[in-house]
Parts: sequence; C-alpha cells; structure tokens
Amino acid sequence: MADVTLRKVVKRYDEVEAVRGIDLDIADHEFVVLVGPSGCGKSTTLRMIAGLEDISDGDIMIGGDVVNDVPPKDRDIAMVFQNYALYPHMTVAENMSFGLRLKRYPKAEIKSRIDEAARMLDIVELVDRKPKQLSGGQRQRVAMGRAIVRNPKVFLFDEPLSNLDAKLRVQMRIEIKKVHQKVRTTTVYVTHDQVEAMTLADRVVVMNHGRIEQIGTPNELYHKPATKFVASFIGSPAMNFMPCRLEDVAGKLHVRLTDRLAFPLPLARAVRYQNIPRTEKLLLGLRPEHVTEAKPHLQPGVETFETVLDVTEPMGMETLIYFTMEGSQVCGRVNPNADAHDGAPLRLAVDLNNMHLLNEVTGVVL
Amino acid sequence: MATVTIDKAAPTRKVKYGSMSRDRTWALRWSYFFLVIFAIFSLTPPIYMLITSLKSSAEISAATNPWWVFHPTLENYLGLLTSNQFLRFFWNSAIVSIFVVTITMLISVPAAFALARMRFWGSAVLATGVFLTYLIPETLLFIPLFKMFAVIGDWTGIQLINRWYVLLILYPTLTVPFCTWIMIGYFASIPKELDEAAIIDGASWIQTLTRIFIPVAFPGIIAATIFAFTVSWAQFLYPLVFTTSTDQLVMPVGIITTLIKGDVFNWGQIMTGALLGAAPPLIIYAFLMDYYIAGLTAGATKG
Repeated sequence: MADVTLRKVVKRYDEVEAVRGIDLDIADHEFVVLVGPSGCGKSTTLRMIAGLEDISDGDIMIGGDVVNDVPPKDRDIAMVFQNYALYPHMTVAENMSFGLRLKRYPKAEIKSRIDEAARMLDIVELVDRKPKQLSGGQRQRVAMGRAIVRNPKVFLFDEPLSNLDAKLRVQMRIEIKKVHQKVRTTTVYVTHDQVEAMTLADRVVVMNHGRIEQIGTPNELYHKPATKFVASFIGSPAMNFMPCRLEDVAGKLHVRLTDRLAFPLPLARAVRYQNIPRTEKLLLGLRPEHVTEAKPHLQPGVETFETVLDVTEPMGMETLIYFTMEGSQVCGRVNPNADAHDGAPLRLAVDLNNMHLLNEVTGVVL
Repeated sequence: MATVTIDKAAPTRKVKYGSMSRDRTWALRWSYFFLVIFAIFSLTPPIYMLITSLKSSAEISAATNPWWVFHPTLENYLGLLTSNQFLRFFWNSAIVSIFVVTITMLISVPAAFALARMRFWGSAVLATGVFLTYLIPETLLFIPLFKMFAVIGDWTGIQLINRWYVLLILYPTLTVPFCTWIMIGYFASIPKELDEAAIIDGASWIQTLTRIFIPVAFPGIIAATIFAFTVSWAQFLYPLVFTTSTDQLVMPVGIITTLIKGDVFNWGQIMTGALLGAAPPLIIYAFLMDYYIAGLTAGATKG
C-alpha cells in the first residue's frame, strides 16, 4: 500500500488541455473520489495515475517513487472499469487469476487468494462461470475481485457503478465501502455522481474544466463550499442562488432580495460580511433544507416570508416545493403535513444561520 | 371455450391492425419469390454437373433429355479417383491451401492487431493501404509478377516458375490484405478496456494478443481462415500462368489442362472433377458455418 501524489500534472491533447496542472496528495489507506461533470478531466487524471495515458507535464508519485515513465504493469495498481472489462472467454476464477498467472505465482497461492476474495465478495459459487452467465452486479464484483487478488498498492475505479441500475448501485456502493474497510488499500475512485462521491469518500476532489475546484471531506464540501460550482454540484436538490445585495437598515446589516423583501442577518453573519461593499452584486445561497415552512416558534436567524408555490413534489418523508423569486427558481423542503399545494400561498422560513454569500461575478463564496 | 373466443377475436384484430400485417405478408412473399429465384439460379449448375457426372460419355453426347440419367454409372468417379494425375492435383491443391492459410493467418492476425490497437505513426494510413492493395486485380499483376520471378531466377538461380511452391508466395498477396482487413474490423469491435485491463494485469502486447484477442476474436479468425482457404483452393489465374508441368498443377488448372484434349471435352470427368473439387470448401463451410456468420456479423451483435 502507498500514498499517491500528483504535482502540477498536465494532460494536453494537441491543442486542448484536458487536465490543467493538478496538485493532489492522497494518503496511504485513503479513499479519494474524483467527481465532476463529464469532460472535467477526472477520468483522464485516473488514467494518468494508471499509466494508460502519458502525462504531458508534472509528476505522479506512487509510494514516493516518480512513475511518470513506468509502464502500468510495473506501477502495482489495479483498475476496475465501467464496463467491467472481464475477459469473456475465461471463467470467473481465470479472470481473477490472470494477472497472478502472468507473474507466475504458485498455484496454491493463487487459489487461496481467489478463495479469499471470492468469499469477501460473496461470489464463491460463481467462480466456474463465464462472464456471460453473470448479472451486471455480479460482473462488477468479479471485476473488483480481479483487483483485490492482485493485492496492489492502489485501487483505481473508473465509474464502476454507472452501468448498474439505481437500486443495485446503492447496494454495490455499500459493498465497495465494506471492501475498502477490510483491505484498506489506497483508492482513487472516479464518478460523476455526487451522491456516490459523498457516501464513499474520505475526501472528495471536485473537478471542473481540468482543474480542482475544491478538496475536502464530504461534510466540508457540503457545508463550506468554496465556489458556486461546488455549492451547486454537491447536494441534491441543488443549492438555491438568489441575486441580492447587502444593505444597512436602521443600523443592522440586511440582505435585500427584492424591493419588498430584505432579511436582517444574524449577528455572526453580519460580522463576517460587514466589510463587503454594499454596491457589490451578490448571490444568496441557500440549501433547500434551509427553506422550510414557517413554524410558530422561530429560532434566532430564521426569517419568514409569504410566497405562492409553483409546483410541489411530495416525496413521502418530505415535500419539495418550488417557487419563483425575482426570476430565479427556488427549491425548498417542507414537512409533508405542511399545507403545501401547487399554486397555493404558503408562509416560508429561511434559516440564515446556514446561508452562503457568493460574488455573482467570480462565483467565489465569501 | 377460451379457444373459441380467441378465434372469434382474431379476424377483428386483423382488420384493425391490417396494414401492418399486410405489409409484412407482402414483404415475406417478395422475399420468398426472390429467394426461390436465387436458389434456382445458384443450384442449377451444380445439379446439372451432378447429373452429367453420373452419365457415360456416350449418354452425354446422345440426344436424350439432358436433365435425366437413363443409365447411371460411377465410371467417371472411379476413373478420376484411380488416376494418379488427378490425385496429384488434389494433393497439390491441399498442400498449397493449407500452407497459404497458415502463412496468411500468421501474417494477418498480428498485422491486424498492430494496426487496430498499437497506435503508431502512420497506422491509419497503413490500414487503408492494406485494403487498397486488395482492390488491385490479379489480371493486372500476373505479367509483372511473372517477369519478376523470371528475373529473380536469372539472378539467383532460384527457379520459382513452374514450381507449385511459387503459389505460396502469390496467393498471400490476395489473402493477406483481405484477412487483415477482416481482423482489423473484428479486433476494433473488442472494447478498449479489455486490453487496458490486460496491460494493467501485466500482460505484454504479445500476451494480450495470444491470450485475450485471439480467443475472443476466434469467430473472426475462423471467418478469415475460411476466406483464405476458399481463395487459395479456387484460384485459377496464377496457377494457370505460373505452373505448367502436370506434376506441379493444382486442381482447377489440372482439370482443364488434362481433361480437355484439343477440341475433345471429356465432360463427364470434367464435371466429376469440378464436383470433387468443390467438396472440401463445402465440407468446411458446413462445419464452420455458425462461426463464419458470427465472424461476419461481429460488432453488430456485440453487447
């Protein structure tokens, strides 16, 4: 096992820069997820760590050794692909042992490793089957088994769950987490699904346009996003953004959303935003769970207002509500017992203790 | 009871969705019509050959119904199968075809793998070039090739003309490009991740080819093999030009040169020889048909 370090790694395809200078330190045993929209360079980064793509500039280190020019087979890594990439003419056991057989491991050793991995992944009864006879989830397990038996320094996962249906994806997500808890191998995992990223990762790396937007634990990214991109990418439904500006009303700092609607800021927030010029164009960022129905007893920092709902989406445990404020659509989450109906008025509360203020032009969270 | 209800319902449904099923019926009728025409067209010659091969020379030249055998005889078959000359032609054809198939596969499979998977400078141009060489007809090539071998014979003393093994050099010029092209297509249909997985598992290029690609592309290899065999078995122009002594001839040329004496056509034996000559490819097709079709439809059915 080993740590993985990326230093100013760049990948250029002719004129296009797919990865624009990435710095990343992945500790031993850590589970790091690279997440971002398609084309953000996350897969390219993973393939560069694997050695399947040359790097145009910078250094990649595995276990302290620079591996820029080391071929994939000598990097001691194992990779799980989106479409499983099982060898169709081999049985499950042969698939899993292929790498070990190439390295001429003794037969007994190969067998014990396969048995162990098969037990861990619950595929013992499948070892003599061909991939064709397996379901998608089983194939994914075999692909993971192939990686585990190699006992590599680093696991690389390239969108391993994207081909599975939603229910199976949740199941396999838990499997992957369990496997990592057992083997503790350093893992780099690529996905475009922010839920996968949040649930699996020790740390999440959010990428956009070939750059890292933010690195942090799932909670840090959720509660303290650094940019508008991260704030909107992490969390579902996404964070609401409403154009606003700051205003002093009777000696108290307010955030003004519309001509008729301005909320006084709670003390901690007022102190934090005190020095922002009052003329600056800002965005108020609020997660849907901080836009709820108004309750009789209001906590400090919670303000209420009246609005007319556009659409409601009952989810069972909660109801999602959508309304328009100054042209931008806002989503909130209310109790299913609250009197929320399509086109009906409702008194809402916003929790400004959890608000974010962003620069509208740069997208930086202030 | 249930059956009765369904029977009653059936006509109404037919009327309701009539246009769809009518279209389908007509499409089927037309396809049967053309398939029957095609079958008659392609089966008549071999049937006529079979009928003729069972007749004596006297009956062939007699003015009776040519589509009926009145005095069936196996004398043509016995005559050819006991003739050392004919067995020699058959043997030559078999040896040449087996060697050509082997040479072709040994060249085209690695070539296709390299062109399909190992990105190197000019690989795309080379792949197209390989196919273009297939488009040059042999009628254009045989004179320069003959001259070339004659010159080589003069310079080095190695006599290639009028030796059966010259065909081992000539036939691959026809088979290698096409088989390479088939295999490029087949290899290209194998997902890229499969060789990446093999590379990460520690396989070299050669190991990836022999342990992953060849087994996975086996139907394609069978298709290419059948093609190479058919071409070398049936090739006529090159052996006609390059071999002349009867002990060097392959079957297609042998039959023509020895069974037509001046203006005397030994039709019975010619037809028998042609039928016997068609047997090996037929047998191979019959056994490997499923593989062959799977090879031709590769990519279309890959899930």
